[in-house]
Amino acid sequence: MISLLRSTGALSLSVFAATGRACILLIQMLFTLPLAIRRYELLLEQLYRVGVLTLPIIIVAALFVGMVLALQGYNTLVDFGAESSLGLLVALSLTRELGPVLAGLLFAGRAGAALTAEIGLMKATEQLAGMEMMAVDPLWRVLLPRFLAGVISVPLLAVLFTAVGILGGYLLGVDVLGVDQGVFWSAMQQGVDFHQDVMNGLLKSLVFGVLISLIAVFMGYDASPTPAGVSTATTLTVVLSSLVVLAMDFSLTSMMFQ
Amino acid sequence: MQRQLIEVIVGLFVIAGVVALLFLSLKVSNLNSAIVTDPYQVSARFDNIGSLKVRAPVSMAGVKIGRVKEIKLDSDSYQAQVVMEISGEYTKLPVDSSASINTQGLLGEQFVSLEPGGQQKFLINGDRLRLTQSAVVLENLIGQLLFSNSQGAKE
Repeated sequence: MISLLRSTGALSLSVFAATGRACILLIQMLFTLPLAIRRYELLLEQLYRVGVLTLPIIIVAALFVGMVLALQGYNTLVDFGAESSLGLLVALSLTRELGPVLAGLLFAGRAGAALTAEIGLMKATEQLAGMEMMAVDPLWRVLLPRFLAGVISVPLLAVLFTAVGILGGYLLGVDVLGVDQGVFWSAMQQGVDFHQDVMNGLLKSLVFGVLISLIAVFMGYDASPTPAGVSTATTLTVVLSSLVVLAMDFSLTSMMFQ
Repeated sequence: MQRQLIEVIVGLFVIAGVVALLFLSLKVSNLNSAIVTDPYQVSARFDNIGSLKVRAPVSMAGVKIGRVKEIKLDSDSYQAQVVMEISGEYTKLPVDSSASINTQGLLGEQFVSLEPGGQQKFLINGDRLRLTQSAVVLENLIGQLLFSNSQGAKE
């Protein structure tokens, strides 16, 4: 009984301690921002690896999500003779929820895990310690460019996801299912509000970007320097960032759309 | 060479994101139709506005000429005070025009419809429309219908 209490307590303490270390790491990274800006080519390289290379999976996934939304929405709406609202349905679900959330989840799986594994391995092979020996702070040389690349990439990827998804819905809804093209777009423009829907979706994806990138970078930096430690850290990155994205999405939605 | 290529590709990525945002703002959302050019404000008081919302369209003869800017309760008359923004293109609306709240379709969004009056004086910024007609509340109509039916059955 006592041991159960004790393990619960130890677990919660370690969770709190890790959250605290992550916040300290974030603040320390932000203090090295001027140094990182001077070496912006590091950021560019990470933007390429983290952002551009995630693009294919985002586009393919968005296309399928948009098409499946159109198909399911059409089958339901046609019973009420309301298939003219198909464009609105597809656009609202993508701008408000699916674009930011799915882009965040895909980013966590595709790029977040890779970031953790890379940084964790650098730590395990003592490359980070070696940098410190050469008086190069790994915070701005390794961590910050990867963090910033994630923060910049996720909103861009989410916007692209939304746009491609809507085009996918258009493709299926108009060309295959035969919804009128003009009605599809005009119903969408009537119902989608720029500030309320598009900007809030963008804000959500920015929050997700910060959270996922911080989790990925922190998990790698905090991993125990063994093969098992790196693998645990990589798993934790994917699991935690997915959970955080979904939980954060719920709280942001309940604040934004009342 | 390698670095230049990466710079070009990252540039393309960022531009693609911006283009997607432009697409969302101009083609998907109502950003360009939300801007009422050179607007002037006209207010009206309604007994009941139903479910009229801020930013709902204001139209005359079915043509959209503005938007609802603000809705609040007038605490003196206990009526709803609706402030509308009307596009500067349409300055020649008679002062005795009347406003009514209509519904698009049977259960659609509600909007303010203006009916032109006959006077030669035109509305200017800050004017108030005197003639208004409240929203038709479907529940009340159904209630009245049921009530009159049951009365008819008694007689």
